[in-house]
Amino acid sequence: MIPLSHYLVLGAILFGLSVAGIFLNRKNVIILLMSIELMLLAVNTNFVAFSHHLGDMTGQVFVFFILTVAAAEAAIGLAILVVLFRNRNTINVADLDTMKG
Amino acid sequence: MYSTALEYLPAIPELFLLSALCCVLVVDLFLNERQRDVTFLLSQLSLLVTLVLVVVFHSDSPRVIFANSFVADTMATVLKAFICLIVLGVFVYSRRYLIVRGLYRGEFFVLGLFGVLGMMILVSGHNLLSLYLGLELLSLSLYAMVAFDRDSARASEAAMKYFVLGALASGILLYGISILYGMSGTLDLIGLSEYLRREGTGNIGAVLALVFIVVALAFKLGAVPFHMWLPDVYHGSPTPVTVYIASASKIAGFAFVMRMLVEGLGPLHNDWQDMLIILVVLSLAIGNLVAIAQTNLKRMLAYSTIAHIGFLLLGILAGTRQGYSASMFYTIVYAITSLGAFGVVLLLSRVGFEADRLDDLKGLNDRSPWFAFIMLIIMFSMAGVPPTVGFFAKFYVLRAVIDVDLWWLAVVAVAFSVIGAFYYLRAVKMMYFDNPLDRSALEETSGMRIILSTNGLAVLALGIYPTALLTLCTRSLMW
Repeated sequence: MIPLSHYLVLGAILFGLSVAGIFLNRKNVIILLMSIELMLLAVNTNFVAFSHHLGDMTGQVFVFFILTVAAAEAAIGLAILVVLFRNRNTINVADLDTMKG
Repeated sequence: MYSTALEYLPAIPELFLLSALCCVLVVDLFLNERQRDVTFLLSQLSLLVTLVLVVVFHSDSPRVIFANSFVADTMATVLKAFICLIVLGVFVYSRRYLIVRGLYRGEFFVLGLFGVLGMMILVSGHNLLSLYLGLELLSLSLYAMVAFDRDSARASEAAMKYFVLGALASGILLYGISILYGMSGTLDLIGLSEYLRREGTGNIGAVLALVFIVVALAFKLGAVPFHMWLPDVYHGSPTPVTVYIASASKIAGFAFVMRMLVEGLGPLHNDWQDMLIILVVLSLAIGNLVAIAQTNLKRMLAYSTIAHIGFLLLGILAGTRQGYSASMFYTIVYAITSLGAFGVVLLLSRVGFEADRLDDLKGLNDRSPWFAFIMLIIMFSMAGVPPTVGFFAKFYVLRAVIDVDLWWLAVVAVAFSVIGAFYYLRAVKMMYFDNPLDRSALEETSGMRIILSTNGLAVLALGIYPTALLTLCTRSLMW
């Protein structure tokens, strides 16, 4: 039996990795999208672990909703990425700097 | 648990809007370019009917349905009515801008209506899950709307920034929610606040979750230091989308803060008050100071939004009923005022000309004295000059803050408002005392003329008689 804390630590590590991925990454927008997915999955780990620990189903229901929303979010994110690439011919994060002030 | 047909009554406006917008989506497929007005009129009609339904199905006692996940109370009714009204105005203002740029497509209106549905669910959310779903429905529509002008490099860049930071904020919010769920075992806002009251203060887990939630709220509202996306999104997106984000979605943002912090995490008031104070002071300072340096009108209004968000949170952090109602008043007034400000930007724009530089306001009085006067009222209201309504909005918020003995905070807020008045009055000076850079006549449609005039005069009329709206705000709050 794996205790709850192990899952929470895993969730926290994944969450930290994804936040670091968003802020440290200067190269590629696709890595940002991957970090966002990772972040949602870290939250899902938390929810499932808590739900099992509490013996309560609502947490797992929440996970289904998060997965659905994540799919819609990825679709919109990739669509914006395609538009961005068509207009700018680059998906380098450091190049997204036309607006200043 | 089973539900009867009667249980659906409070959600009739949402159900109607959902079916109406699906109809608009399908009808739009069968129209050619020249019949696009049908889509426009149908979406306006569905908003109007939704507005009527919101008012008709209102009842004074709050009703909670769908297993405690949806509430129809007076605050929800008032905010939903204003959201519908403001989006009606946004669509009227946008029409000509979209037509002359070849962007007059059904998707804009459908996405706008989906956003309204998201806001209405957010306003009525009574459960962490329904709040999250409403927020996502709104945000996903907004990301797509910002990227709506597919050939604009700036718009797609703005959309990417908005998307990444918005998704980050949603992730942070969810992490906070997961901790709250793990501690309390419930997603229900009432259950959550009962749990927190039982536990008492000093619960480290609850404070950890609170930090995540406040950060996410600050991201979504655009409070400093989580405001990085806001100026770029305002600047880069097509102006009709900027109006939408700047006006209607701020009302939803207010409701989100109220449901989350006040209704759900109310017992932790002492903890979130300190966090909000930091956000407020930084937002007022950065918003007002950086706005002075802007040459782009949309960017200047973006920084002014940040400063106004500071005021909005100022009322909420007071933690009294008076503070909440002052904040609600402020939000509604701000939404109406910024609708008018961006309406003038849309009015001045034409083919190949965005009118988004501050210099484009120069000599507006020579070109159109009436709209220069409307812009004057709006700028005065944003700066907080009596007798416009912006003065009373600021006054009520400050009074609420002073009543809870946060004198220094009120002084800070007033000081930065005075600094902020500079760039609003500079815009007024440009309109009245500078020579116009171009003297071409304004291309306004009669619908736009009527709505924009009403909009500007409403700002003045509410300022002369603010009591009605304030009473409405106070009556609609239960906390």
